[in-house]
Amino acid sequence: MNRKNLPGFLVFLVCIGLFPVFATRISAIQHYLDVMIFGGIFGIVAIGLSLLMGYAGQISLAHAAFMGIGAYSSGILTTHFNFSPVPALFLGLLITAIIAFSVGVPSLRLKGHYLAMATLGFGVIVHIIFSEEVNWTGGPSGLVGIPGFGLGDWKLKSTLQWYYFVWLWVAVSILIALNLVNSRIGRAFRAIHEDEKAAEAMGVPTARYKVQIFVVSAAMAAFAGSLYAHYVEFINPGSFDLVWSIRFILMVMVGGIQSIWGSLLGSLFLTFLSNEWLQVFAELEILIYGIILFIISLFFPDGLFPVIFRFLAQQLERRYE
Amino acid sequence: MNEASEIPILEIRELGKSFGGVEALHDITFSVPSGVIQSIIGPNGAGKTTLLNCVSGIIKPSHGKIYFLGKPIENLPPHRIATLGISRTFQHVALFKRMTVIENVAIGRHSKTRSGFLACTLRLSSMRREERDIFTKAEEWLEFVGLSDEMWKEAGSLPLGKQKLLEVARALAAEPRLLLLDEPAGGLNTSETEQFGDLIERIRNLGITILLIEHDMNLVMEKSDYVVVLHYGKLLATGTPREIKRNPQVIEVYLGKEE
Amino acid sequence: MSIMEEFLQYLISGITVGMIYVLVALGYNIIYNVTEVINFAQGEFVMLGGLCAVFYYESLHLPLWVAFFMSIGTVGVIGLIFEKFAIRYARSQSVLTLIIVTIAFSIILKGSAMFIWGKDPYSLPAFSAGSPWMVAGAAVQRQSLWIMGISLVIISGLSIFFHNSFYGKAMCACADNPIAAKMMGIPVRRMILLSFTLSAALGAAGGVIITPLSLMEYDRGALLGLKGFSVAVLGGLGNFWGALMAGIFIGIGESFCAGYISSGYKDAVALVALLIVLFVRPEGLLGKTK
Repeated sequence: MNRKNLPGFLVFLVCIGLFPVFATRISAIQHYLDVMIFGGIFGIVAIGLSLLMGYAGQISLAHAAFMGIGAYSSGILTTHFNFSPVPALFLGLLITAIIAFSVGVPSLRLKGHYLAMATLGFGVIVHIIFSEEVNWTGGPSGLVGIPGFGLGDWKLKSTLQWYYFVWLWVAVSILIALNLVNSRIGRAFRAIHEDEKAAEAMGVPTARYKVQIFVVSAAMAAFAGSLYAHYVEFINPGSFDLVWSIRFILMVMVGGIQSIWGSLLGSLFLTFLSNEWLQVFAELEILIYGIILFIISLFFPDGLFPVIFRFLAQQLERRYE
Repeated sequence: MNEASEIPILEIRELGKSFGGVEALHDITFSVPSGVIQSIIGPNGAGKTTLLNCVSGIIKPSHGKIYFLGKPIENLPPHRIATLGISRTFQHVALFKRMTVIENVAIGRHSKTRSGFLACTLRLSSMRREERDIFTKAEEWLEFVGLSDEMWKEAGSLPLGKQKLLEVARALAAEPRLLLLDEPAGGLNTSETEQFGDLIERIRNLGITILLIEHDMNLVMEKSDYVVVLHYGKLLATGTPREIKRNPQVIEVYLGKEE
Repeated sequence: MSIMEEFLQYLISGITVGMIYVLVALGYNIIYNVTEVINFAQGEFVMLGGLCAVFYYESLHLPLWVAFFMSIGTVGVIGLIFEKFAIRYARSQSVLTLIIVTIAFSIILKGSAMFIWGKDPYSLPAFSAGSPWMVAGAAVQRQSLWIMGISLVIISGLSIFFHNSFYGKAMCACADNPIAAKMMGIPVRRMILLSFTLSAALGAAGGVIITPLSLMEYDRGALLGLKGFSVAVLGGLGNFWGALMAGIFIGIGESFCAGYISSGYKDAVALVALLIVLFVRPEGLLGKTK
């Protein structure tokens, strides 16, 4: 870990560690533990997507589909083939990586909008397969009876255990992402984002890096999908459709397109928004997301939170001057 | 190195490039000896930048060969060519504007460093050592071009003259054998241009060969060992500055107009 | 029904649907020809076209042909507003931002349509009443002929417009070299505005003529847009006649897939074709090689 990121990371660990202490004692926010588990799972997807979008400047509309591939791999392998969760998870990661590689190689050779369209099309195909292959996936009504997560005799039992387990992996994801970003490869990504031709002339193998980060990012989504499947113990195609892919993009955009912490905050914000605060609007949720995304992308293309933080910092400075 | 001085560092043979029927380069043949400053001059549209782009691999020539230290490179992708030891700057400054000055130079070290995905994500000790080396070297090169005070600024916030210097530092950080400079003095004032002339000489004294595109004739004639003249995609003349100045063809199509 | 009759039936319905994809693809092509932007909201224009016509016909009781043109006009204006107030502003930003803006706009259109019309599918009467014609044992809906006829008129009209009229040629010049176009006195901005208006109207036309056959609901846009894009890429981006061939090809492919393999997978045909083309020949099957 880079020295400059260490304090933030420690604060994060303390917050995450202490949150259940309060949450389990205050009945009004007891169920927040559950929301936080979902927020963490989506956060892993968003962190991966931020690496791809914010740093390498490539857009994917298939991240929900990759999450779905991870979830269904785990679900199908454990229910139909009696795999135990851990090997199922790894096989799912491998499958996702291979698929992402074969989608990424042709479409990343081309300009930005091709990857967007190719991933959009790919996401729809995956969704169709989830719905159609009823014998394997349970079709539109979903796959039931997925076992909880565990290895041998050890099993995750309570919500609290799940909370710590998921957030352990969120912490690992953040660590990996921050390390990557603060390295020669991370700088090369940003260079690709800004000026691909110049990056190439400086010796950056742009095509290879773009495919690599696409695969890593997809694998992170698949990992999150696998956790999701074992936590909910039920999956259906509706959790992995285009709307969800757009939600992940929104999480990254809200939190700050080039910020690992921001995308985690964005995913927490949006998870709470849809689970707690926007339920009144139910049907209109998608319209509201569209408007938020539209405004952010037009007026705050670097993300919403960074603008807010900068504004608050300025106000504070002015006050204490 | 002895063998390096015997074969030319860059050799271009019957190079041609056409864009949709229009011939931008027509059977260009010349070579660049090791350790010199060589300039390419010619009116606008002569094909100078196209030639440079072919050498750095950004565009693929239609036919012909390019040898770098005796090895053909015309079919290699740009990043491979960069790794072999050819570095460049751009006519229209192509910095990573939203990264800091030192980060820009750090990218220049990319071809000199190895750490892969795994080493970077795990921050292995080899990677940390390399990272320290990248930034030490980057600082050195910034000092070399005189930008030490600007290290932590955003590259896009620098004035044009300093952006051009930064591009040179970024290119030098790759420790190239051959440095391609595309109109480095374009848009600079007289004193800045003079400073640039000195910088070019200091770079050559490090043993780096320089291939330079430039419109400023004083700079070209004063600093170059050899000059190549292009005219409408064709090679018009090659020689020392003195020979070029006397060449009647060159005077007619190029110098004659200006003087 | 004999095997031959069945085959013919699938063929005809495939060509009919394919025509709609061609109209969507042309929408992409027009915008791409002028701006080199891919508009992700293209499919939503089709959905809006259908539903707007339903509104004019059912709620305002206007004659069908008036509803047809009013709907095209309305959606055209939406395209114009979108360009004028969003795209124009976002064009100075990165490609990434531009893509996200058009995606966001498509969600807004979809969400608004759900808000206004709800989730139910709507229908329109066929443009001319009467029982289907029988051709060699296969039934041809009268609306199918309308669809083919109107599409062909539009495609020919556009082709003439782009190749022979001053405005059309000027629009093409803008993408080739915007700076040169500007220097030649072509109002580049107005051309871009026109291209968005035109392609929105085009999508709407497709939406109105398909609604009598296959109904229309709020969430049809994304898939229509994607299939239209597949057709545009298959035919070579910017290539009009390529899009026509590709559209018919995809339409027939879908229809055969639904008939002989599985109706659930018919939507995947266009997308698989898109991925294969991107893999093998990104300039499109009928596009020019560089």
